[in-house]
Amino acid sequence: MPMTRFLSSEFFHNYKRSASAIIGSTLMLLFAFAVIAGPFLVAQNPYDIAALDLMDSYKPPIWLEGGDPRFPLGTDGQGRDVWASILYGARISVFIGLVAMVASCTIGTLLGLIAGFYGGIIDSVIMRIADIQLSFPSILIALFLMSAVGTGVDKVLIALTAVGWVVYARTVRGSTLSEIEKEYVQAARVAGLPNSKIIRKHVLPNVLTPLIVIGTIQVGTFVLIEASLSFLGVGVPITQPSLGLLIKNGFDVLFSGLWWTSVFPGFAIMMLVFGINLFGDFLRDELNPRLK
Amino acid sequence: MKEQAALKPLLAVRDLRTYFHTFSGIVKAVNGVSFEIGKGEVMGLVGESGGGKSVVGFSILGLIDSPGKIEAGEILLDGEDLVQAGEARLREIRGRDISMVFQDPMTSLNPLHTVGRQMDEVLRLHTDLDTKARKQACVEMLESVGISRASKRLSAYPHQFSGGMRQRVVIAIAMLAQPRIIIADEPTTALDVTIQSQILKLMRAQIAKKDASMILITHDLAVVSEMADHITVLYCGNVVERGNTRDLIEAASHPYTRGLIDSIPDTSNRHERLNQIPGSVPDIRNLPRGCNFRDRCPRAQALCAKKEPALTPQHATLWAACHFPLKPGESA
Amino acid sequence: MLGYLLKRLIQMTLVLWVVSVIVFMMMSFTGDPVFMVVPIDATDAEIAQARRLLGLDQSILVQYWKFLTNLLQGDFGYSYVFRQPAMTLILERMPATVEMVLVAMVLAIVVAIPLGVYSGANHNGRMSRTIMAGSLLGISLPGFWVGMVLIYVFAVSWGIFPSSGRGDTAEFLGLRISLLTWDGWHHIILPAVTLSLGTMAILLRMTRAGMMEVGRQDFMKFARAKGATRRDVLYKHGLKNALIPVVTIFGLQLGDLIAFATITETIFSWPGMGKLLIDSIYRADRPVIVVYLMLVALIFVVINFLVDIVYTLIDPRITLK
Repeated sequence: MPMTRFLSSEFFHNYKRSASAIIGSTLMLLFAFAVIAGPFLVAQNPYDIAALDLMDSYKPPIWLEGGDPRFPLGTDGQGRDVWASILYGARISVFIGLVAMVASCTIGTLLGLIAGFYGGIIDSVIMRIADIQLSFPSILIALFLMSAVGTGVDKVLIALTAVGWVVYARTVRGSTLSEIEKEYVQAARVAGLPNSKIIRKHVLPNVLTPLIVIGTIQVGTFVLIEASLSFLGVGVPITQPSLGLLIKNGFDVLFSGLWWTSVFPGFAIMMLVFGINLFGDFLRDELNPRLK
Repeated sequence: MKEQAALKPLLAVRDLRTYFHTFSGIVKAVNGVSFEIGKGEVMGLVGESGGGKSVVGFSILGLIDSPGKIEAGEILLDGEDLVQAGEARLREIRGRDISMVFQDPMTSLNPLHTVGRQMDEVLRLHTDLDTKARKQACVEMLESVGISRASKRLSAYPHQFSGGMRQRVVIAIAMLAQPRIIIADEPTTALDVTIQSQILKLMRAQIAKKDASMILITHDLAVVSEMADHITVLYCGNVVERGNTRDLIEAASHPYTRGLIDSIPDTSNRHERLNQIPGSVPDIRNLPRGCNFRDRCPRAQALCAKKEPALTPQHATLWAACHFPLKPGESA
Repeated sequence: MLGYLLKRLIQMTLVLWVVSVIVFMMMSFTGDPVFMVVPIDATDAEIAQARRLLGLDQSILVQYWKFLTNLLQGDFGYSYVFRQPAMTLILERMPATVEMVLVAMVLAIVVAIPLGVYSGANHNGRMSRTIMAGSLLGISLPGFWVGMVLIYVFAVSWGIFPSSGRGDTAEFLGLRISLLTWDGWHHIILPAVTLSLGTMAILLRMTRAGMMEVGRQDFMKFARAKGATRRDVLYKHGLKNALIPVVTIFGLQLGDLIAFATITETIFSWPGMGKLLIDSIYRADRPVIVVYLMLVALIFVVINFLVDIVYTLIDPRITLK
């Protein structure tokens, strides 16, 4: 029943007519599939040393001379299948992006609600910190944090969250400020409801909509930042190579003409983020309150 | 219409239809509207918000943008059909023969250009005056609309003026090239009540000076009863009644017009409840069959649901589109 | 006006102070720098002596105080790796970074603004949609990967452009500038293009959005009601209004360029301060990292300030307060 309602809604109608929405969501779904089912689709586990054979190293993609049908996209210096590496690496990249987004969203929303609802000095402090942070590029802040704490997936998550909370806090604070002026909140206050309940049951549901768009796009942003950090060597450790780290590993041999180990993983990142942005754009237009 | 312009009308709108093709259906904002205006006359175009009044104004100037389109009808300016005119011809007419005053003075002016520059633009487009002459004309016009220290004010920016002053500037711009017709789209709705009458008086003085005509678009019957020579009442894109102001205000025959007049609060009788037309404007994409007003009309009968009423002459100068119009003295 | 300047100055100083505290704290609590300076076989006594020399035996607050006072005198200590004053090292490499950032910014503006204006004015056309898809792609690309692809295609395969390095420089006002030589330009093209892509895409999208937003404004229709042509209305009335939001993010974009220059310089072995930073991170050369961060923080704070001033100049509605 809810399915038929969805299928006949204006949202779905616009979705069908939007090329970017369809392409974007298709790319995202493909990636989701690859992330979940990927490792089961490939014969080789590229991180199982025993499965590797150095004789297979640096094989080019299948359509070039010297290609091997076992490795459609070629192999790297250890004999690892590039295609398999991408599937495994995508898991890590997406995992980091998603988890960091959820963490940023949670913390940022909480801080935004508190700042907007309680106002006063709490609001000033939180917003001051946010403003200072915003005057510096996120990548630099993340880079600096990582250089101080060292590599590791958990550390990357912390760095990304430290950078990503601001946009949620600001947006939610703005929405909260306008919501608390509304009558239903004042009515709840007069009725004596405790603040936490007012926030949770009344204010929060109304400020959530723009967060959907922000969150979607932020996953893509985080994937890119993590890739950059890993490329510079201050991101994920070599035991858990994300797509960014794969590109780094391929960089060294690029100058000898061995391009496939770095180009294909980058292509994968591009497709993922592009798909996210396409769909995110569509979402933003759809969820925008229609004017006139 | 022999009661109105004895001479050939300056502007004649015949069966104008302007439709908007939107996602959820075709919006027939203007669905067969006709009226005439003679030289020096003021016509009030009255109706509820969203009833298509502004669309009539924009249609006359050819400023309907996609997804809207003038589907049918004629707009005859001195016999020339503007619907068929090309964009170049329309540009000549806009600002010079027919000009427009918009509703919201806060957004009508470009915030980054000085007032002088925006006034000068009209003259540059439509006259051959040199820079000095143009500046002189602007100064005189500003003074004429009641803005003191006019030559200094020319180099000011719109945000440095109050709402009422800005509307004066807008009126000045509208009058600069000596238009024959001014379309005033709710010119006082966005202003303070105290300023409203000032602006209206100003407009009346301006058009009297140049013997220009005016289409005063408004939802406020009180305003129109003071300013207009004759009134056209619009409901859901159709003309439901028209006629001389006196006749209409004193003895309107269409129940909708009566409803509008009756809902003007009467300050002499304090204990009466405010009269309101019950119900609300129907969804313009899904108009009911027959008469558009029948769901809210206290006089509606079976015929009203079947057949759309046509404009027929009533008493005095009034024409109304109703199967069961009110007679003078009769109450709804 | 003076009151505003004073207020901003205080704000800027405050921000820089907070940054100095954060930088200092991060640097102090991560690892022990003493091992950077002493040889591997140092005895305990030598280590203790080194500690004393570096001032590491004193309390945190004292260390911070020394750090701060040195900072204000421009003394950031000596690089552990190069044995030269850290400040000198950074300043030597700054022109290279500035060059690349400038060329990238100019490139981005020259391409993005006209395309954005066109795309916003004709926003339903096929060309416009293609441009938009392209710009969306532009912000989805990992910059370093693009650089690598460009290197492979233009340098490794076709050999048109060099894959690394800065090229010849000429001296001007005491600085070594590579833009004054043909060889310098030959070397800067690939890195500058790589760096510019992200900013180009963002500027394009913002310009387009600005043009579309402005098209909805009443004053545009009012201008048409005066009899102005569509084209005049768009460019004479609309454009300036549309570009205002673009100017506001200009400062942020400049900051982003400086930040991403670290990556671009690494890929292209471009001898700028970005590459120096990355190398210093690898080698845990703390004084250099500190200089870079403080200098860059200063640059950002100044850029933000200048953008605010410019903003008031172009929009008469905004006054300094």
